[in-house]
Amino acid sequence: MQQEDIIQKINQLLIDEIEIDETQIIPTANLKKDLGIDSLDFVDLFVIIENNFGFKMKAEEMADVKTLADFYDYIVKRIHPN
Amino acid sequence: MGIYSSIGLNLDEVKDSLYNGRSGIIFDRVRKEMGFRSGLTGMVRRPVLKGVLDRRLRVGLPVQGEYAYIATLEALKTAKITQSFLNQQEVGILYGNDSSAVPVVESVDILRSKKDTMMIGSGYIFQSMNSTVSMNLSVIFRLKGINFTVSGACASGSHAIGIGYLMIRQGLQEIIICGGAQEINAESTASFDALNAFSVRESEPTKASRPFDRDRDGLVPSGGAATVILESYESAVKRGAKIFGEIVGYGFSSNGEHISLPNVDGPSRAMSMALRDAKIDASEINYVNAHATSTPAGDSNEAQAIDSIFGKSGPLVSSTKSMTGHEMWMGGASEVIYSILMMENSFVAPNINLENPDETTRLLNIVKVTTEKEINVFLSNSFGFGGTNSALIIRKFIP
Repeated sequence: MQQEDIIQKINQLLIDEIEIDETQIIPTANLKKDLGIDSLDFVDLFVIIENNFGFKMKAEEMADVKTLADFYDYIVKRIHPN
Repeated sequence: MGIYSSIGLNLDEVKDSLYNGRSGIIFDRVRKEMGFRSGLTGMVRRPVLKGVLDRRLRVGLPVQGEYAYIATLEALKTAKITQSFLNQQEVGILYGNDSSAVPVVESVDILRSKKDTMMIGSGYIFQSMNSTVSMNLSVIFRLKGINFTVSGACASGSHAIGIGYLMIRQGLQEIIICGGAQEINAESTASFDALNAFSVRESEPTKASRPFDRDRDGLVPSGGAATVILESYESAVKRGAKIFGEIVGYGFSSNGEHISLPNVDGPSRAMSMALRDAKIDASEINYVNAHATSTPAGDSNEAQAIDSIFGKSGPLVSSTKSMTGHEMWMGGASEVIYSILMMENSFVAPNINLENPDETTRLLNIVKVTTEKEINVFLSNSFGFGGTNSALIIRKFIP
């Protein structure tokens, strides 16, 4: 899966599963402050990512993930480590 | 008041069903395929809350919480209580609920399959606790007063109202959202089906629940939710709220005997206590909404208990479970609403399917067909496993 496809899939999952308004989906959006993703939503994101991308997110790796762009970057690197 | 029931999804629909003796019982093929002895159940359609409540408020809400949300919306509307009022005042919640089976089953299924608790997600913990209804509604409506669930088996909803009444009478709260909720699904009733307690009159679903009838062969499980707003007289008058009735008596007792077999003494003591609390004579009760679930032993014992308190010239009696089935954790609250609707519209709903009483049930003045009757005071019985009993007495409010 190419980077653009991964980003598109993440966006669609955020819209469908976390019910984020499509207009709020911009790379600079802060996950907590702008998108309102709280600690419970992160628990659901764990399930959504494993079910859709086939890997487990690790809480310690998420510490530096602040914005949607950070999140794309994290997912892309987990799928394409190199 | 607000109601979401197998005989109607709001007060108007329920009033019409009560008046017309309409049954809410169906045959559910899924239960037979799963191995149930009885496929009979009361049924309601699941509310669609996407677009009504945001995701965070929905993911922790089990199906009986959805029913309770709809019932509570109607109750708040009829009580003229707005969200801005709730934001500013101390309003509490005491809700009856005693199971939440599906979320427990589904979350453990995920764990067994995935072998990773992180795959369970965030919603199941809040859905699976017995206190799920009060915890969710208190967040949805941003309540700031008393907040807990009453679990008293099939008397849960009645005890919730009784405890709310005592708290308001003590001056501890001005307004409490009370009620009862009951999930409808195979998972929550499978182990009950195992007790041979359910009717197997599957060829005639609407005739299966037949409290007090000689040929009754068991109860029919059902569900939904019922909400009543309890409020001090002073607060209700100050707000100009419509007053549906006045709770004047609450009686309770425990049989102190068998876990599932009812007796005569326990319910009799609960009714006596409610009459003493109300400071009225038994002859003043115009109508008794019986607990009678359509089980051979339960109905017979309750008939003897009612007879021991009221005598043969006693009040009109009916079991609305003949139409609704047994709404279990919800029943004590819904049956207060059914009875208030009768009181408000001056009729007694029929105990449908009563064709032939037996030697104990013929002791009572059971209403077989809709009867026009002014009701000034009624008593509502609710009993449950473990021998818990609750009796509420409610009087018509005359300004």
